[in-house]
Amino acid sequence: MSRLKTPRTALYALTMLLSGSALSSASGAGTLTIATVNNGDMIVMRQLSREFEKAHPDIHLNWVTLEENVLRQRVTTDIAMKTGQFDVVTIGNYEVPIWAKQNWLAEIKPDAAYDTSDILPTVRDSLTVDGKLYALPFYAESVMTYYRKDLFQKAGLTMPEAPTYEQIRQFADKISDKTNQVYGICLRGKPGWGENMAYVSSLANTFGAQWFDMSWKPTMTSDAWKSALNWYVSAMKADGPPGATSNGFNENLALFASGHCGIWIDSTVAGGLLFDPKQSQVADKVGFASAPKGPYGKGPTWLWSWSLAVPVSSHQSADAQTFITWATSKDYVKLVAAQKGWVAAPPGTRASTYAAPEYLKAAPFASFVLNAIKTADPNGPTAQPRPYTGAQFVAIPEFQAIGTQVGQTVAATLSDQMTVDQALASAQSSITRALRQSGRAR
Amino acid sequence: MAVKTKTSTRIGVTILGWGIAVWLFFPIFWMFLTSFKNEIQAISTPPKLFFMPTLSSYAEVFERASYWHFTLNTVIVSVGATAIAIALAVPAAYSMAFLPSSRTRSTLLWMLSTRMLPPVGVLVPIYLLARNTHLLDTCTGLAIVDMLTNLPIIVWMLYTFFREVPAPILEAGRMDGASRWQEMTMVLLPLALPGIASTALLSLILCWNEAFWSLNLTSSHAAPLTAFIASFSSPEGLFFGKLSAASTLAVAPILVFGWISQKQLVRGLTFGAVK
Repeated sequence: MSRLKTPRTALYALTMLLSGSALSSASGAGTLTIATVNNGDMIVMRQLSREFEKAHPDIHLNWVTLEENVLRQRVTTDIAMKTGQFDVVTIGNYEVPIWAKQNWLAEIKPDAAYDTSDILPTVRDSLTVDGKLYALPFYAESVMTYYRKDLFQKAGLTMPEAPTYEQIRQFADKISDKTNQVYGICLRGKPGWGENMAYVSSLANTFGAQWFDMSWKPTMTSDAWKSALNWYVSAMKADGPPGATSNGFNENLALFASGHCGIWIDSTVAGGLLFDPKQSQVADKVGFASAPKGPYGKGPTWLWSWSLAVPVSSHQSADAQTFITWATSKDYVKLVAAQKGWVAAPPGTRASTYAAPEYLKAAPFASFVLNAIKTADPNGPTAQPRPYTGAQFVAIPEFQAIGTQVGQTVAATLSDQMTVDQALASAQSSITRALRQSGRAR
Repeated sequence: MAVKTKTSTRIGVTILGWGIAVWLFFPIFWMFLTSFKNEIQAISTPPKLFFMPTLSSYAEVFERASYWHFTLNTVIVSVGATAIAIALAVPAAYSMAFLPSSRTRSTLLWMLSTRMLPPVGVLVPIYLLARNTHLLDTCTGLAIVDMLTNLPIIVWMLYTFFREVPAPILEAGRMDGASRWQEMTMVLLPLALPGIASTALLSLILCWNEAFWSLNLTSSHAAPLTAFIASFSSPEGLFFGKLSAASTLAVAPILVFGWISQKQLVRGLTFGAVK
């Protein structure tokens, strides 16, 4: 009998341990669970949120930091299944219009003191659906060109303020020095709708290409797409780094920051990182210019904002709105400036940030970023009429799958597994199939 | 000549063994090394082997996340899942090893086939079950899923170990009047203890490193160390130093535990082989 005592005691202890941990998981009232990504600005927000908790002692914040793709998957599952695990979610302007139309997001109604009119109009509009605001922007970004001033000077070149893709290619050829691991141009090559396709879509726009015609028929085999992709593949093969299909934003940031890239065309958010001597070995050698223009010249332009939204499944919607209005307010920007310095202020969202002389002094690229975001137009005209909005993405739910699949075929052109023509033909048929399956196209 | 060949073969095998060991250990060594670099050093090309070490990544990891909270969750889930799995697998393996029926073999194969299904295939039903039973973001929920995931392999391992135990020994026990329960607990378990210990250790390691279900079924309260590591990956910004520090902290306990118990593990895995 005594022999049975030990296993029984162990079983009892185990049950108590597990049931205890189950009980402890229940969130208390007034606890907001915030799902976010591990970007620098979000880390600062998390650190400074102690000030919010001090000012609102009845609201406790519980942070869940997830990898970007995991975050999307978790938040989508949570909202679609009405689990209510998250009270505040960090999403982009790709998700906001789609989710708002699904009635997944609560309308945000900030008070007059919040000053909604201070939010840059392009950013505000990208978070507004049918005149209602569904998320508040935490920081926003567009696209620009970074280049190494020292390499340009050595080669006797001058980067224009608004270069063309033709010029970029010539510059890249001249400054490329592969024997010393200095690559003329670095561009995203890692497959993914938010990785290589964010850049390639923007490139295609300015070459006059678009994803779909008005009947939702893909136009991937158009001459404009061929020209754009040929430029990309040719430039990357001639002047790009080896193994470019592994390079996304972070990898190119690392390459540029460690002195291995001559030109890099990517998000404006990289400015703060490249000009920071703690993170960049070329902080004093970075020059910047507009995103290059292609033969078409116009077209929708890149705009992305990481924003805070409240899912309708949240049981504490009012507290959640109180938090997101605090985290995106003018006072929050001032708090960041006071605690972390003006250069750490969240960029691209508020006109008042760019009106502060201290910010303009601390961030030499500030006025450039402001102009890029102010003029960014994800709804800009394509060569032919189009049934969708978005610049570096197509604002339809199917795009995550389509973009990633096409991203893989585009990456295959860089690694010589496919020709440009083969890749575009493959993309055309895979997109046609996907849209037929989803019922969007016949 | 024979001695010479023997010596050269031994040297060759030793070099091969060390080569494989170094090759297997190198990623862990590099992760450990990177955790002491700053972010610029962590991304430098060519990679730096010699540098001024810094604890800044560790300091930031400890400042940003509650390491002990994640570790405690991992310990609860791993130990809980392993204990329940062993408790269920021992009688199952005993019955299959000593009281086989015509369907034992197909049952064993069917159990193993569940391991061949990609977990994402059952994500939605498991998520819904966890939601409806209020087990989302709880250690209990994650422990149950981990236990079920590892149960087939545990049953298989125990079945193999039990089959190595000579049946006459159990029969002798029965002749002395032992019941089935006594036969299992007083005769079989002591004999198969090294095998059970190594199975439990393997289950513990599998649960410790399990990421898919951890990331999908937990968020904050029950999030284990795999979620802790994932939270240091960033879409915009340099993070290799901090990610390496977080990974080193996450694998350190189970690595040390594995080293301490490696004798037991090897003994268990080769159990019966020298009979």
